Amino acid sequence: MNAPRFNAYGVAAIYRFEMARFMRTIWQSLVTPVITTSLYFVVFGSAIGSRMSDVNGVPYAAFIVPGLIMMTVFTESIFNGSFGIYFPKFVGTIYELLSAPVSYVEVVLAYVGAAATKSVALGLVILATASLFVPIHILHVGWMIGFLVLISVTFSLFGFILGIWANSFEQLNIVPMLIMTPLTFLGGAFYSIDMLPPAWRTLTLFNPVVYLISGFRWSFFGTADVAVGLSFGMTLGFLAVCLAVVAVVFKTGYRLKN
Amino acid sequence: MNPMTPIISIANLTKTYASGQEALKAINLDIRKGEIFALLGPNGAGKTTLINIVCGIVTASTGTVSADGHDIVRDYRGARMKIGLVPQELHTDAFEKVIATVTFSRGLFGRAPNPAHIEKILRELSLWDKREAKVRTLSGGMKRRLMIAKALAHEPSILFLDEPSAGVDVELRRDMWAMVRSLRASGVTIILTTHYIEEAEDMADRIGVINKGELIVVEEKAALMKKLGKKEMTLNLQEPMAEIPPSLADWGLELKADGHELHYAFDASAANTGGGIALLLKRLAELGIGFKDLHTSQSSLEDIFVNLVRADADSQWGVRK
Ligand SMILES: Nc1ncnc2c1ncn2[C@@H]1O[C@H](COP(=O)(O)OP(=O)(O)OP(=O)(O)O)[C@@H](O)[C@H]1O
Ligand SMILES: [Mg+2]
Repeated sequence: MNAPRFNAYGVAAIYRFEMARFMRTIWQSLVTPVITTSLYFVVFGSAIGSRMSDVNGVPYAAFIVPGLIMMTVFTESIFNGSFGIYFPKFVGTIYELLSAPVSYVEVVLAYVGAAATKSVALGLVILATASLFVPIHILHVGWMIGFLVLISVTFSLFGFILGIWANSFEQLNIVPMLIMTPLTFLGGAFYSIDMLPPAWRTLTLFNPVVYLISGFRWSFFGTADVAVGLSFGMTLGFLAVCLAVVAVVFKTGYRLKN
Repeated sequence: MNPMTPIISIANLTKTYASGQEALKAINLDIRKGEIFALLGPNGAGKTTLINIVCGIVTASTGTVSADGHDIVRDYRGARMKIGLVPQELHTDAFEKVIATVTFSRGLFGRAPNPAHIEKILRELSLWDKREAKVRTLSGGMKRRLMIAKALAHEPSILFLDEPSAGVDVELRRDMWAMVRSLRASGVTIILTTHYIEEAEDMADRIGVINKGELIVVEEKAALMKKLGKKEMTLNLQEPMAEIPPSLADWGLELKADGHELHYAFDASAANTGGGIALLLKRLAELGIGFKDLHTSQSSLEDIFVNLVRADADSQWGVRK
């Protein structure tokens, strides 16, 4: 019996394990984002949205849909990506992963793949929920799915790194709270950056989330705050950075091995 | 493969933790294919560290290890597929079902699904009735057995058991050791640690004693017992004796129980020559010393172990002075 060059059974085992965890808590996983989205629609879509003018020819209630999906995708990807690897570290079952014949590429593929699968599913559920409130017409379906998958993968990977880095549940929560929430709110989820004063607009361009939301929104309505190519490039760039960090983490055994 | 070819070969292995703790100092050790090797040592000696390095959980500071011809770093896949580990600490997926975690382990280690094998293991470990139970509902001893089931799920040819008997009741411990024996019979090499020295005495083919990160002894169990074991003979005298007659000085006897008992301690290896006892008894008869009863005892592996570790500590103390 020779060792295979790619441990497909191992990847499948981890992926299935992670998805089983997701299925066990499917109601919590789905209900929270669906309720949150509905509340956003009641408040922003109907109550405030009716007083808002169209943004670039898109009704305000529809305009916020891509941003709402992205908000959930960011938080869920980070949460699932980090929890999947943090929890075994926390309870000690990580010993099995460390002693198994799996390469870091396989480990990342399985954990990040599972986390991203959940995010994509949730993103689509929110899209479906939103379409109950406003009619949504998606201009570039292929690009929409492409951005959704790519961003889910990237943030799941970011979460995975966070999960390896974190030594406590506080640390696990602090990054999404302290960094992601403001970046998302200031990232044009609820407004077009054209609506900001020029100085703020320039500042906003340093926020990577702007590019992600802008690109995703472009796939819906064909209009964007920044060129879609730039959005796509930034998304790939962020993915590349996360991949590089994860490679270093595994090469050095950082916070996984003594 | 030549039976004497080591299945695990450890060369110049050292480990210093980030804290500065020097856990292993230049370990050289070969484990033979198909043997049961018991690694003994006091708390903090470095047993778990050594096992964790071989299994890939801890990185060595220097030195090399190969398992079944696979270097554990360069060819980690080849090495790890052959190795199963039951760690010292109980780490389980609380919310999973028993059968799911065992099936998971098999897949993780790169083996195609085999429900029949999983069933066989769970039955052998008396866990089959619990297969649909959530892991958190198992008792401590059941969890320990579950860890063993997970370690065996991928049919390893080398099994590490880091204190498998901690927290397992007497009867199940006996079952567990029976299973370890049958694993050995099927060709699996077993490396175990335990603080129950009599278990090692019972089970092991070879013994390694580790103390403060150094292997101080590696020996066949039988040879070790013979070389370092002591025998003792006690005579219950008919008349109490005030002092040992000068003509018995050669035997280094000791008087105990207010002169009612005469003790004679000798090397287990000397017992074979027989001269000591026979001559002593003859001399006693000549001197007219009668005894009501006689019994002999042999030191256990535990006594040997304690003496070894104590002697090691003494010699280190001596060096420092
Ligand atoms: N993660 C760690 N970081 C720093 N020091 C460690 C770590 N793990 C173990 N040590 C130290 O290394 C030494 C050897 O520990 P190890 O766990 O290998 O001992 P052991 O022989 O298995 O002991 P026991 O019988 O108690 O299980 C101890 O001094 C211990 O404190
Ligand atoms: Mg230990």
